[in-house]
Amino acid sequence: MTIDEITQPGTADNGIDIDFLRSARDMLTAQPEAAAFEWRVRNTWVNGTHSTSVCRDFHGLAAEQEHRSTFIFDTDHPEIFASADNGATPTEVVLAALAGCLTAGVAAVAQQRDIQLRSVSAEVVATSDVRGVLGIDPDIRNGFSRVDVTYAIDADATDDDIRALVAQSQKRSAVFDIVTNPTNVAVDVR
Amino acid sequence: MSTSGPRRSGPRRSGPGISAGDRRRHTTVVVIGAGHAGLAMSRCLTERSIDHVLLERGAVANSWRTERWDSLRLLTPNWQTRLPGHRYRGHDPDGYMTVPQVVDFLDTYAAAVDAPVETNTAVRSVRRHSDGFVVGTSEGDWRCRSVVVASGACNRAAVPDAAARLPGDIVSLTPLEYRRPDQLPDGGVLVAGGSATGIQLADEIHRSGRPVTLAVGGHVRVPRTYRGHDIMSWLDAVGILGERYDEVDDPERVRRLPSFQLVGSPERTTIDLNSLRALGVRVVGRVAGIADGTMQFSGSLRNQCALADLKLRRLLDTIDEWVDGCWLDGVPPPPPRPTPTVVDDDPLLTLRLGSGEIRSVIWATGYRPDLSWLHLPVFDRASRLRHDGGITDVPGLYLLGLPFLRRRKSTLIDGAGDDARELSAHLAATLAGASATHWTARGA
Ligand SMILES: Cc1cc2nc3c(=O)[nH]c(=O)nc-3n(C[C@H](O)[C@H](O)[C@H](O)COP(=O)(O)OP(=O)(O)OC[C@H]3O[C@@H](n4cnc5c(N)ncnc54)[C@H](O)[C@@H]3O)c2cc1C
Repeated sequence: MTIDEITQPGTADNGIDIDFLRSARDMLTAQPEAAAFEWRVRNTWVNGTHSTSVCRDFHGLAAEQEHRSTFIFDTDHPEIFASADNGATPTEVVLAALAGCLTAGVAAVAQQRDIQLRSVSAEVVATSDVRGVLGIDPDIRNGFSRVDVTYAIDADATDDDIRALVAQSQKRSAVFDIVTNPTNVAVDVR
Repeated sequence: MSTSGPRRSGPRRSGPGISAGDRRRHTTVVVIGAGHAGLAMSRCLTERSIDHVLLERGAVANSWRTERWDSLRLLTPNWQTRLPGHRYRGHDPDGYMTVPQVVDFLDTYAAAVDAPVETNTAVRSVRRHSDGFVVGTSEGDWRCRSVVVASGACNRAAVPDAAARLPGDIVSLTPLEYRRPDQLPDGGVLVAGGSATGIQLADEIHRSGRPVTLAVGGHVRVPRTYRGHDIMSWLDAVGILGERYDEVDDPERVRRLPSFQLVGSPERTTIDLNSLRALGVRVVGRVAGIADGTMQFSGSLRNQCALADLKLRRLLDTIDEWVDGCWLDGVPPPPPRPTPTVVDDDPLLTLRLGSGEIRSVIWATGYRPDLSWLHLPVFDRASRLRHDGGITDVPGLYLLGLPFLRRRKSTLIDGAGDDARELSAHLAATLAGASATHWTARGA
């Protein structure tokens, strides 16, 4: 309502290159085709419920891009489901992605607002009724029935300013959008 | 109030040598639209003795005559209903005009400023022509040196794509078509959009006995009154309404902000999500899509409400700081901050449209201008108008009355005066510059 983003050069340093983000924003405003990204994950079954997902390359800024190194995620189910528990469950990976995205956003928005962060931690708790995935009750959804994210943030700012960081981060978060809004998903076999 | 006889309604011959039946007419400036913005511009041009005409597809105040619901009152108080050289002079400066009163106000203004309005003249094209423009209308062409587009910011309802997937037996209306609750079938109503229009319609429709579900995305929560004054008085006093487009970081962002959640009522009621909830309205997240006959609502409701509450508190802090800085006398102390928006623990995420629960949907999801007749290179790739405070890249072409055109109040009645004065000054200078060049060229 009043000034949303304070932009004078500040003193806070949260490890975010705000000048780069601003120039990227200007560049992508002028060249929207460079804003078209493609994210890729290659998943391979190992055994049982265990599989690995590999993230290496992606497309963006009108070029092929590569991560600094290859990142591998193991997902599996826990022993209580008679699985080998070689990795986090895929649902937990979703929660990790949500928290990772929101926390990155908190840091970026804090930098933009010249707020020095000292510590940021979040606890993510999601509930689900597994009768959904097990097909016991068709009225129960497979996914989460609810997700609670609770932040503890120590920063040079008022309580309302800190709440505003967390709120703005949700507003700009990709994973928050992915989790709260439907997405067209096409799964095919080659 | 001085009036100058009946308003012209037939085509006005604008110069010598034009025979009856000649459909090609000339003037210096064509103003498109005779709403408050076009009329304010007319008054500014007349003051500068610039020959002009207003082309209006209907009558003066056409939008108010044909596109507003019955119960609507202005959400801006009477004292703020003012245009260059004209203001509300009744006994109730803090009241809010009904739509017929707005029509009356604008009719009186048109007569007072002797606006040369060509009614029932729909503009169908605007094209460049030598050093000016040709404006094609339902009543023939106009040639002119300059064009001011004042055709309104709310000609179309912005309806989400999902609306197309609504089952055929559910009535679907935009606020431009909605008039009153009994136009709707009995049964549940989904109102999409929680800004001024959405909350007003949700309130009145729910009270008519049709249970309302209100789908809410980003919104701007404000109380009707604060510390003894209308919120509009505060927004005006602290300078928020007058904030200029070249003073903010990202005018495009401000241009997209939704309207204030406000209603004008004799009781000066505040309608917000808490009041609607207390009434029994079911509040859900914004409409995220329709798939397999099920409407989906975003899970972002809690954050949308948190954002609105935070911004509300920041606004009230700004007002308090301003009051403290001015040593204002007689202003009551700040009341407790409004109760944070109550959000259900478990807001509805999906709604089966086939169940019969929802019989009609109103898309109060915003408005857009309709400039499909403007055939000039003033749109960016996203089909948004490119302009610098209403001045376009096409010399002689101006825009008026669009969101945050030059100031935060640019779409309000009270915003037209300053914008029209500044743009008419620019326009006059452009005309003078152009004729100077013309003169030199001819003299050489
Ligand atoms: C529901 C609603 C409530 C509002 N409440 C308030 C309020 O309380 N206070 C406030 O200050 N503002 C309010 N506004 C905002 C604003 O004041 C109005 O939208 C106002 O009508 C805008 O005035 P305007 O002159 O810019 O456009 P309009 O009043 O829309 O005038 C434009 C004119 O151009 C004509 N026109 C359009 N296209 C063509 C064409 N191709 N050829 C010829 N003529 C054309 C139209 O018929 C119309 O008469 C409200 C808006 C809406 C939609």
